[in-house]
Amino acid sequence: MTLLSEKAAPRTYAAHARPWWQRTLMTRDTAIIALLVVVWTYASIAILNFSDPITVYFLVLDIAPILLIALPMTLIIITGEIDLSVASVVGLSSVLFGVLHREGLPMVAAMVLALLACAVAGALNGVLVTRYGLPSLAVTIGTMALFRGIAVGALGTTAITDWPDSWQDLVQARIGDSQIPLMTIPLVVLILIFAVVLHFTPFGRGIFAAGLSKDAARFSGVNVDRTKLILFTLSGLVSGLAGIYFTLRYGSARGDNATGMELQVIAAVLLGGVSIFGGRGAIPGVIAGVVLIGTIGSALRLDGLSANLIQIITGLLLIAAVIAASVLGWTGRIVGTYRRQHSSDEPSSKNSKKSE
Amino acid sequence: MTSKFRRAGSAVAIVAALGLALSACGGGSDSGSDGEGGGDTSSITFIPKNLGNPYFDASDTGGQKAAEEIGTTWKQVGPTESTPDSQVSFINTATQQRAGALVVSANDPTAIGDALEEARNAGTKVVTMDSDTEPQFRDVFVSQADAAGIAKSQVDLIAEQIGDAGEIAILSAAANATNQNEWIKLMEEELAANHPDIKLVDTVYGNDDDQTSFDKTAGLLQSHPNLKGIISPTTVGVAAAARYLSDSEYKGKVALTGLGTPNQMREYIKDGTVKSFALWDPEQLGYLSAYAADALASGDIEGKEGDTFEAGDLGEYTVGADGVIVLGEPTVFDESNIDDFDF
Repeated sequence: MTLLSEKAAPRTYAAHARPWWQRTLMTRDTAIIALLVVVWTYASIAILNFSDPITVYFLVLDIAPILLIALPMTLIIITGEIDLSVASVVGLSSVLFGVLHREGLPMVAAMVLALLACAVAGALNGVLVTRYGLPSLAVTIGTMALFRGIAVGALGTTAITDWPDSWQDLVQARIGDSQIPLMTIPLVVLILIFAVVLHFTPFGRGIFAAGLSKDAARFSGVNVDRTKLILFTLSGLVSGLAGIYFTLRYGSARGDNATGMELQVIAAVLLGGVSIFGGRGAIPGVIAGVVLIGTIGSALRLDGLSANLIQIITGLLLIAAVIAASVLGWTGRIVGTYRRQHSSDEPSSKNSKKSE
Repeated sequence: MTSKFRRAGSAVAIVAALGLALSACGGGSDSGSDGEGGGDTSSITFIPKNLGNPYFDASDTGGQKAAEEIGTTWKQVGPTESTPDSQVSFINTATQQRAGALVVSANDPTAIGDALEEARNAGTKVVTMDSDTEPQFRDVFVSQADAAGIAKSQVDLIAEQIGDAGEIAILSAAANATNQNEWIKLMEEELAANHPDIKLVDTVYGNDDDQTSFDKTAGLLQSHPNLKGIISPTTVGVAAAARYLSDSEYKGKVALTGLGTPNQMREYIKDGTVKSFALWDPEQLGYLSAYAADALASGDIEGKEGDTFEAGDLGEYTVGADGVIVLGEPTVFDESNIDDFDF
């Protein structure tokens, strides 16, 4: 044992060629966070009323459902799949919650049942993708229409609007005298849970492995199908939670709640540096991506711009981010090739072979 | 003009900042600066149901005209889709700006209520226009006409065109639109009471989207071969339905009426697809709403029943029960008078 380890030169990895602080700081996550800081600073200086603390209050309440759904969406996209049905699950959750409440169930019971149904809806996506090997894009386009149809069908043309004030006030409550919504606390807890699961557990490493190569992941002992099934179920559950939030915040259970939100979520996730091809991404970047899109919308609205211009600017930004990411990847590869050619005296593979 | 340039300027600057930071892959961060909060306490902000809707373009024209006469700042912002949640962001923004008064056409009677309450707590006066919220969420509601009057005029127009007998259908806007649903209910009552031979066979929803309304019209005519008339009490819907009818075999056979703007409907009146339709003047509606908003913001009225205020060219108005201000009776447009109007 000792002999072997003495002989073995330290293994080198391309990704570990730079010192730790460079590896931590020079990432896409840092770029997007820095961008957020730049935009926020600029808006605080240049846009009247932006620096008012109430901006934070409205911003958090506005982005909360997108942020919630972005968490499981990040994990799903890292495995190389996608879930387009999330916004329809929000609608489904809202309607189920509303109907159960109208039928006289206590709030908590209505909530739990609606969440369970949404978890089942998510699991349905998962089963279709994993058991039957269908592409998630096609499956979730189908269930997107299916769940929305059920939601709109169940309530028809009506909306359920008689919600207890105490619950609505809870959703919109502030922490003490600050302008920070109480909802920030559960949000932060969920973000931490997802960050730990993705970045610090074997399950999380399995998610990355599944996205990089399904077969390699399987051979290294990752149960890819089980991982994906869990993630789709989780996506349904969290989207259901977003639906409950949405219903209480606007005091209105409607079948068409959150229509089109799936695109906002996916846009934020991609802006946050997650690769649409799977295998790459991190929670901090995604959080920054969601907050960035929300901040730009908030700043432009305060500046008096209307929704169509805000959409154009958000769209351009997304394209710019995707282009920047691929340009960075391209230059990174060139630099990597150059480095390998000029330090060929100690290639890592030869060293590792010697040690075997 | 200058403010437009300034806005465009900061939009460009934001995009440029984004581009810079992206290409630099990082970049330093300045320490946060504290800008001064503040707002124009006499400004009036219009938030329509959605943008790109000719009806609200007309009410904007009226609102802007009134604001110029009053001498206050006026602006219009709004969502691209007519959903309550997208409207809430714009209401919140007006709250942040401490706008003097807000004129909103509500996409849902309750869903935007909390946001409006938040605005009123911050000192902004709230006027609903065209489509109301529940009374506790706003100061006054400027109503285009009383709902029963609209329902009756729609039913009378279609009855006249189809000979007071046969199957009719309604092409509405969004399924949850407050005013549409009230009118439809009253139309049903009016039909049952005074027009026993007319049968309402279907109500479909075009969501105030041109293409959807067009398709729903086609669907109606297919599924109800005996249909004699369509009522579309929404400007987007009636124009889309007229466009479909004018190019189809049903032209001149299936009657169409509704609430439309003269500019949109002119060609269909001229080519005989539509005989007559009705509308109040949305420009006057916006004009009156802006005057009501200003009267509230300047403290001239509180929005209580019996309060009176001057609305420029329109003369004096009185706030009615529940804070409702009624504009007046709808105007009927046909071949004889359509060229007198331009909106």
